Amino acid sequence: MTAHEIGLSIRNGTKVYPGTVALKAADFDLHMGAVNVLVGENGAGKSTMMKVIAGVEQLTEGKIIIDGQEVTFRTTEEAARNGIGIVFQELNLFPNMTVAENIFVAREKTRGGIDIDKATQRARTRELMIQLEQDIDPDDLVGDLRVGQQQIVEIAKSLAHDARILILDEPTSALSAAEVEILFRVIADLKKRGVGLVYISHRLEELIQIGDYITVLRDGVITGARSMEGVDVDWIVHNMIGESGKDFAKEIDHPFGDEVFSAEHVSLPGAGGDLVVDDVSMSLRKGEILGVYGLMGAGRSEFLECVIGRHRYATGSFAIDGVPLKEKGVSARISRGLALIPEDRKNDGLVQILSIRENMTMSSLSRFTKAVHLSLVREKQTVADFVKRMTIKIASPEHEVSSLSGGNQQKVVIAKALMTDPKVLLMDEPSRGIDIGAKAEVFRVMRQLAAEGLGIIFVTSDLDEVMSLSDRILVMSNGRITGEFTRDEATNAKLIEASAVGHKTEHKSKESV
Amino acid sequence: MTDQTTNMPSWSGSDALLLLLKARTFIALILVFVFFALHAPNFMSTANMVIMSKHVALNAFLAIGMTFVIVSGGIDLSVGSIVGLCGMVAGYLVLNGIDVGLGWSIQFNTFEICLLVILVGVAIGALNGFLITQLNVAPFIATLGTLYVARGAAMLSSDGRTFPNLNGNPEYGSDTFRWIGTGDIFGIPFSIALLIVVGCLAGYIAARTPLGRHIYAVGGNERAAGLSGIKVNRTKYFVYIFSGFCAALVGLIISSQLVAAHPATGDTFELNAIAAAVLGGTSMSGGRGRIIGTIIGAFVIGVLSDGLVMMGVSSFWQTVIKGLVIIAAVVIDQAQQKVQARVVLRAQAAMDK
Repeated sequence: MTAHEIGLSIRNGTKVYPGTVALKAADFDLHMGAVNVLVGENGAGKSTMMKVIAGVEQLTEGKIIIDGQEVTFRTTEEAARNGIGIVFQELNLFPNMTVAENIFVAREKTRGGIDIDKATQRARTRELMIQLEQDIDPDDLVGDLRVGQQQIVEIAKSLAHDARILILDEPTSALSAAEVEILFRVIADLKKRGVGLVYISHRLEELIQIGDYITVLRDGVITGARSMEGVDVDWIVHNMIGESGKDFAKEIDHPFGDEVFSAEHVSLPGAGGDLVVDDVSMSLRKGEILGVYGLMGAGRSEFLECVIGRHRYATGSFAIDGVPLKEKGVSARISRGLALIPEDRKNDGLVQILSIRENMTMSSLSRFTKAVHLSLVREKQTVADFVKRMTIKIASPEHEVSSLSGGNQQKVVIAKALMTDPKVLLMDEPSRGIDIGAKAEVFRVMRQLAAEGLGIIFVTSDLDEVMSLSDRILVMSNGRITGEFTRDEATNAKLIEASAVGHKTEHKSKESV
Repeated sequence: MTDQTTNMPSWSGSDALLLLLKARTFIALILVFVFFALHAPNFMSTANMVIMSKHVALNAFLAIGMTFVIVSGGIDLSVGSIVGLCGMVAGYLVLNGIDVGLGWSIQFNTFEICLLVILVGVAIGALNGFLITQLNVAPFIATLGTLYVARGAAMLSSDGRTFPNLNGNPEYGSDTFRWIGTGDIFGIPFSIALLIVVGCLAGYIAARTPLGRHIYAVGGNERAAGLSGIKVNRTKYFVYIFSGFCAALVGLIISSQLVAAHPATGDTFELNAIAAAVLGGTSMSGGRGRIIGTIIGAFVIGVLSDGLVMMGVSSFWQTVIKGLVIIAAVVIDQAQQKVQARVVLRAQAAMDK
């Protein structure tokens, strides 16, 4: 392996936020023409380090060196002028504007500084889309694109400005397998052109596949930095959490009970007239964990939303404990024993400006109410119980829920669902955007709940998760169920095959499957 | 949990500042009060206090209803017009009763008149709720529409004339109508006693009932509230109906106090109500605000305008000063949010370590 030139370094970088040190005396080298992988639990300081490089934040101590010169970026524009581009984990796009407009936002190509040169923007966008192998029209509204395509647009935005250093913060979290492959090809191409890439992700296998150098962070300290050769998952996990452990599938064997939930012929029409959920039937027994695997847009989330009663035009029937579910509204279905943990915690799961306590009891206020009077004393006690039971790390239940880390927020959402005493728990990507430690705890909670007799349906696009956690696995593709496997039958290959059923041969990527 | 630096006893700086910022409306009220006590003649006299409280009460009723609406993420521009229309309905009923044709007319006593007037206010509130929840009209537009409709209806009811001499008729039992505006209970003017009752009721709903919690949740994040099983539409109906109810009370009180009903009554009252709510710390983006804050906010505005009148400041300057106070309140509110977030994040960061 040829030695890669170092394009940017941080020396003794320290960043102090009020009350916490996010980064402690970090020394980081960014290699050009290579993929520099960055891993660590949430709150380990990865994002802080990247924000410092991208000019979003400034170091409290230490320095950033580019080409032997110390630099400080006060704004993102300043960093961009120095060839640094960043793709944030959360999309920063305008759904009401076209793809071309989004790519050139705030850096519009103009004639004489006033008139926007739409033709040039469009042409440049088309070039970028060809490079990214995407069939996206420059005049499409970003709001009409799938999340995966939006992420591609976000990446194109950075490419458009000829970034020399490109930071990708969890770029694959919303991409399908085919799209991930395209992204990887683009990354390889950029590497050849000498671009220095920083790649942040929670998917460890992916990191090993793509990375050239790896840096592991824990609690703001760099615990490991080396070239990727010889690195395996154990080494990463060991440096991330300090001890070797990936025990989220610890088995508690228990017998299943009777059928607790069934769905018959559920369909949901989509915006384009086709069916988003197409004649889906399934049944679930007490104490069973049913994993639903599929790519983004396979209709998994929509199915769960049909179950909880969010879609008025859904057809089909459900039954709980054998009794048909006639109720239409969400609240009525919750009272029948269903509970949903939505995929999008920020927009669907929590009311950010309310306190942790108010969020937790939101679905179950009737528990604490006599006539119209709400007993705050009993509410507080119950919240304290759940905080302890779920091991949620909080300073006070009265603080705003937005002050918590992703993992703790997820536990608040789970606690909210559990307070309604559900019989069936519907979990949509329960591990999305939370770190390995919190993930393991969430999975342990799921196992434990199942052992207590709760039926759980969980949706995921992570193969490892679905394989290690489920008692039974359903695969969905294009709105239909395309495979059903018991724990023993299931293999990675079978699941991937089933999840691609009905997809056109997209970009030749299937050959590698 | 590993080593954590003990930053427990850092109760200084930002915590004290936060407390100060949280109590800002109250501090503002005290400052305004002290200022006028020193500079305005007769400001502290009992008579003036009673008159001032009566003025404040009118705005406070509307502001309480408005607070619920704003907390739920909406806005109610129609309250001023509802005041006007309800005043006219009250005046019409006192003077004419309802003509059923055939030379007959039904006459009502005071209690019945009050019920009917409140029914009108509630109905307009329900109409707002219907437009917003069932027909998906944006709250601003829906209530702007009802603002015009209600004002127009008020004008039509008398062809723009005033209903004078609402003394009522002892035969029909409506002679007690004047008592609403002038009477008192245990020495407290009735309108103020009613404000205390409504204020306590609203405060109770906000803090100690599921309904109140639902209002905050809907305003904070409607999607999450809906998915948590909260009946979003029902909650919205309630806030607009309650706002309409409060406006009807004000309509009754004003027409009784003046012993007359004029169709232009209540013009721009909605703006004062919004101002009081904002001054009291209600966030226009929904999810945040307290009834007691709103009432204090109403008092700040009321004391300010009455005090300035007593000092002989021109009404033009009063308007300017009122505007500046509102802007200052929101600026300070932003500062509070920032400090609060810092305090919370610091405490949480200490936990996460």
